[in-house]
Amino acid sequence: MEAIFGIILSAILSENFILVKFYGICPFMGVSKKIDTALGMGMAVTFVMALASAACYLINLILIALNLEYMQTVAFILVIASIVQVVEMFLKKSVPALYKALGVFLPLITTNCAVLGVVLVNVQKSYNFLLSVVNGAAGGLGFTVAIVLFASIRERVNKAQCPECFKGFPIALISAGLLALAFMGFSGLSIF
Amino acid sequence: MDFKKQFSEGLLTKNPVTVQLLGMCSTLAITTSLFNGIGMGLAVTIILICSNVLISALRKVIPNQIRIAAYITIIAGFVTVVDLALQAFIPALSTSLGVFIPLIVVNCIVLGRAESFASKNGVLASAVDGICQGIGYTVALIITCVVRELLGSGTFGGGLLNGGNGITIIPSPFPAMQMVMPVGGFLVLGFVIAGSQKLMKVLEMKNKKKEAAK
Repeated sequence: MEAIFGIILSAILSENFILVKFYGICPFMGVSKKIDTALGMGMAVTFVMALASAACYLINLILIALNLEYMQTVAFILVIASIVQVVEMFLKKSVPALYKALGVFLPLITTNCAVLGVVLVNVQKSYNFLLSVVNGAAGGLGFTVAIVLFASIRERVNKAQCPECFKGFPIALISAGLLALAFMGFSGLSIF
Repeated sequence: MDFKKQFSEGLLTKNPVTVQLLGMCSTLAITTSLFNGIGMGLAVTIILICSNVLISALRKVIPNQIRIAAYITIIAGFVTVVDLALQAFIPALSTSLGVFIPLIVVNCIVLGRAESFASKNGVLASAVDGICQGIGYTVALIITCVVRELLGSGTFGGGLLNGGNGITIIPSPFPAMQMVMPVGGFLVLGFVIAGSQKLMKVLEMKNKKKEAAK
């Protein structure tokens, strides 16, 4: 129980997937112009990360049984791609409203390094099934927290004046830097 | 085929990091020492060249509907090869870059070039494109590395020069540790991109003046 709580806390705050570990910077920068889409993206990523953690844990067992550990990267990315495809088809049929809201961002989750990253970290730290799924879901929540916070900052920064050559992306990176500075305050945070 | 144009596009006007904004994760995460920057740059360049060549050679065979899955499988294959090779021959680099080597699979530079260039051009042009984009990526990495390392640890060439410790430029109490931490990554990359935008503006103005003088 303590281990689970520790993983949740560190995945969301002290080891935040985006602001501390740099997984999933592309969607963090690309989909953070509006709070609504940022939230939708965060939810979808959280779901895929939890599902991918579970599926890849089982796939990894098979790979180990067959002595094929060196195929991990290839196998995992294929599993993730198919999960994203299934989620896409499922949403299209059953929740068309959410499907429309997410639009092109859904297929892009495949190339979100947070998903492959969390799976690889699970294997590296040899988490068991439960801890893997918890780490995936909590990592996704951390992603959501960071992207929503950043989107709300960015909505305001876009209206402010800044030097010509800093307009757009550079100033967004610098605001992300300040956000990361704030999250550094959580480093070393441990309850147990 | 215009080699010179491809080169200048890869290096500056269409630089994968500073203009196309691809492959941010690795750029931000591993640029803490010169050794990491050069190693990661070379690894990505090699993978980019191999995958560009193979995808371009197979571009008429791969059906359009499943092309992304096919590209990712090809890229993942090359990444695994490089990952295993690094573990065997340069274990120091492999531990230092850690999970970011397998994560090259989802580095948007490789997939982006496959989709936007290799799937439409010949084998030779794609190989050249891989080299040029790879060099552009490496240069951007090295600049970010040098700045972050200098400000963060006060050294130059960490992991490579002076027996791995790097040459000390700023003595010990002064470097700001934050610069080698995540914060520094965002800040320095922001300034590097702003700098390259400024540089492009200046070059553009010069070109315009030249044309006007003619």
